[in-house]
Amino acid sequence: MINAGDTAWVLMSSALVLLMTPGLAFFYGGMVRKKNMLSVLMQCFIIMCVLSIQWVLFGYSLAFAPAKGFWGGLSWLGLRGVGFEPYADYAATIPHQAFMIFQAMFAIITPALIIGAFAERMKFSAFLVFTLLWATFVYDPLAHWVWGTGGFLKNMGALDFAGGTVVHINAGIAALVTALVIGKRKNLDSNIPAPHNLPFVVLGVGLLWFGWFGFNAGSALAANGLAVNAFVVTNTSAAAAGLSWAVIEWLRNGKPTLFGVASGTVAGLVAITPAAGFVSVIPAIIIGLLVSVFCFTAVSIIKPKLGYDDSLDAFGVHCVGGIWGALATGLFASKVVNSSGADGLFFGNPKQFLIQLIAVLITIIYTFVVTFIIYKLVDLFIGVRVTEKEELMGLDLTQHRERAYTVLE
Amino acid sequence: MKLIIAIIQPYKLEEVKEELYKVEVNLITVSEVLGHGRQKGVTEVYRGAKETGNLLRKIRLEIAVNENFVEQTIKAIIKGAKTGETGDGKIFVLDLKECVRIRTEERGCAAIG
Repeated sequence: MINAGDTAWVLMSSALVLLMTPGLAFFYGGMVRKKNMLSVLMQCFIIMCVLSIQWVLFGYSLAFAPAKGFWGGLSWLGLRGVGFEPYADYAATIPHQAFMIFQAMFAIITPALIIGAFAERMKFSAFLVFTLLWATFVYDPLAHWVWGTGGFLKNMGALDFAGGTVVHINAGIAALVTALVIGKRKNLDSNIPAPHNLPFVVLGVGLLWFGWFGFNAGSALAANGLAVNAFVVTNTSAAAAGLSWAVIEWLRNGKPTLFGVASGTVAGLVAITPAAGFVSVIPAIIIGLLVSVFCFTAVSIIKPKLGYDDSLDAFGVHCVGGIWGALATGLFASKVVNSSGADGLFFGNPKQFLIQLIAVLITIIYTFVVTFIIYKLVDLFIGVRVTEKEELMGLDLTQHRERAYTVLE
Repeated sequence: MKLIIAIIQPYKLEEVKEELYKVEVNLITVSEVLGHGRQKGVTEVYRGAKETGNLLRKIRLEIAVNENFVEQTIKAIIKGAKTGETGDGKIFVLDLKECVRIRTEERGCAAIG
């Protein structure tokens, strides 16, 4: 039976999640040098175009058509059979296509997250091919395993409310792989580039925070108490993490920065994502407070030591925060919050923590290997990195023949 | 004392800076400017600015040096900025009458370095 309230909320949530990708574009765009601003906006924007088409043609089928294999199979190609009646396995009270378009927005933002790792040095053509292959061979199967009918991680009992493994760990590991293989940006040692527009970073985070309500509360797929729980814990965790990042900086560096609060907020949103439908508000505070500790350590201490150039910390925030969120779900999940979920370690079920850990490890290994293969293939046929001269001149001019800002009118 | 003004391609700034540091010229002023010389009408992929008139984005360096630093400064700028293509830029060398370091009120050669 279709419920009007549920359908309205899921459609609204889909729109909210779509807005996260332009939000991400400004979050990332503000962090790069001004000669690369448009390239980041362009990469995010073109993903909205490419993945929207991929999803209705075959992506949704690969991810969500019922099957017990690697993929969901091809039975829903071109949305054949995906109509306005509910598909009860996924959402019993909204039209099937509403579920499909909600999921489309997740398929869009996930590859967009990876951009942070190779920003300022990837060829646009290579980026397009890489993204399409990655969405098809990494995102779609993983979404199937975790969320699809017949998916083996779902059957194993792994909890992932809104995409901690499928979205954040997945994109974060892909970010690490691409950052490692594409190599550092030029002149990084002599001249660490400052973010060219911090107000844009903050604007982007504002849009992300706003859109994340659709991401997490929308994942209840109904306008009900569970959606409210997800909404409340999402807001709480974001707040706790933003605050905690500021405190860490204050203690360590003497001054809290706006950039830090913005980064912390994103980390808090990432961490609560898998847990949003399974934990209550006090665990959400703990999850938020601690995620900034882990992500700050990854970004400010481990990254400089290891020397990889994850330009905008896609790995440091999304993977590290995502792993913490997935494991925290195994610690703090409670059937009081969600009867169709499970209890976590602190509620007397240590096995759930183990299941979460296995799901995380499988995601990491699969994504690491397949992303590496896709990258190498694209590099072989197209060449992934721009020339040194193009990198110095900036991607806006060399890849798009446009620039973001004028000197004089 | 001389004032050296150089107009270079923006993407060559890092290399020019590196070359200047090598010959121990550390005090430079950099600004972003628009202009054009013979490059007008030359089509190259990256010169997107031609769509907004013929003014191209350039970097302007200003370096005040004592006489014994003039040659190596010029050479360093050339080394960093030269590609052999139109649009590499120009170097102007001007006589500099006076130089005052505000902090100490030193004047002349002592104030430059």
